[in-house]
Amino acid sequence: MDSIPILKIGSALLVTIQVDMHDQLATRLQDDLTEKIVQHRARGVLIDISALEIVDSFIGRMLANIANVSRLLDADTVVVGMRPEVAITLVELGLGLPGVKTALNAERGLALIGGVSAAGQAADDADDD
Amino acid sequence: MAVSSHDQALVRLFAEGEAEILADWVSTLNLRETRMTPQEAESQGRAVLHALGKAVAQGNANDLRGAEYLEVREVLQGFSRSRALQGFSPTETATFVFSLKRSLFAQARKTAKGDEAFQLLWRVTELIDQLGLFTVETYQKTREELIARQGKEIEELSTPVVKLWDGIVALPLIGTLDSGRTQVVMQNLLETIVQTEAEIAIIDITGVPMVDTLTAQHLLKTVSAARLMGADCIISGIRPQIAQTIVQLGVDLNVVSKATLADALALALRRTGRVVSKLKVPSPSAPQEPPAEARG
Repeated sequence: MDSIPILKIGSALLVTIQVDMHDQLATRLQDDLTEKIVQHRARGVLIDISALEIVDSFIGRMLANIANVSRLLDADTVVVGMRPEVAITLVELGLGLPGVKTALNAERGLALIGGVSAAGQAADDADDD
Repeated sequence: MAVSSHDQALVRLFAEGEAEILADWVSTLNLRETRMTPQEAESQGRAVLHALGKAVAQGNANDLRGAEYLEVREVLQGFSRSRALQGFSPTETATFVFSLKRSLFAQARKTAKGDEAFQLLWRVTELIDQLGLFTVETYQKTREELIARQGKEIEELSTPVVKLWDGIVALPLIGTLDSGRTQVVMQNLLETIVQTEAEIAIIDITGVPMVDTLTAQHLLKTVSAARLMGADCIISGIRPQIAQTIVQLGVDLNVVSKATLADALALALRRTGRVVSKLKVPSPSAPQEPPAEARG
């Protein structure tokens, strides 16, 4: 059975969903991720769904579940790179994912779970202007 | 098609009396409520009458859709269209055609007698009625095109997403929010968030005339979708009246809101680590262009 790779970077876990999610894959990911969080004592989980084009209520609930499980294990979850169509679909399904942190791209997502968002962001902006 | 005797009478009517009919028609037009200048009445009348005479002479006296009437249709179409666009009323437009009836009747009375006269009058009536209907129809079509075009323009104008600063976009909403427009607005906003990599979106509802439970729900959906994309939303421009309505409706607008767009922008700048402050003393030797952040 195929699975989605989970990469460890520092104290964070990185999950990139590149294929269409089917229900079995989603359940498997949830299990794997829970184990890895404990195993690596991860403080943050970043899920990149920029390649995900189709979502249903099951996938939406899976994202919420992962976030809840991670919080229990003291890790922040951030979902990054959601496409506009996916966001609209989830909202129409009534899944606003209230407990999940979100960011526009992986870079900002990492800053968010690394706890360096405020300082790092300000420095970046100072360089820009 | 053989030209019947009645049609021949009609052909004669136009051929022999064209100048007379025109003079009578133009004088009638000037009296009646068509709001045409004498010159305009003269030239339009001449064009219509001439085209009409030609069409009748070709043997078709009752079917306006025929090829013989192409020129008549074109002239009337042009007239009706321009009147519609200039904002004349349908009555003022149709009176132009219907007033021709009187002149034609007067002329018919001179040329025909008895039963023949009645037949001729019936022919004329039929013809003029068709012309009148055609004119009104064209008028209405033009108006509808105008309305459809304006509707589209309003729709396009009313959903712009503007970039206020690096990472800050604003969506000034104008007009009533129904589900169809919300969809367009939401899509526009989310796509702009992706393009500009914005982290904060300000939704300004100063131009929304009223907020009911449905509108509030649409707003919340938009906020929710933007959040899923990783952008925070601030709602601004809530007028006192609307604030009261929202509270009375018992809607729980669980989002950051500010009274004015200026306040929302200040908050957005602060959140992205920027401050706005006044220049202390503008020294004469300083460069002309002050740094953007320092502008008050």
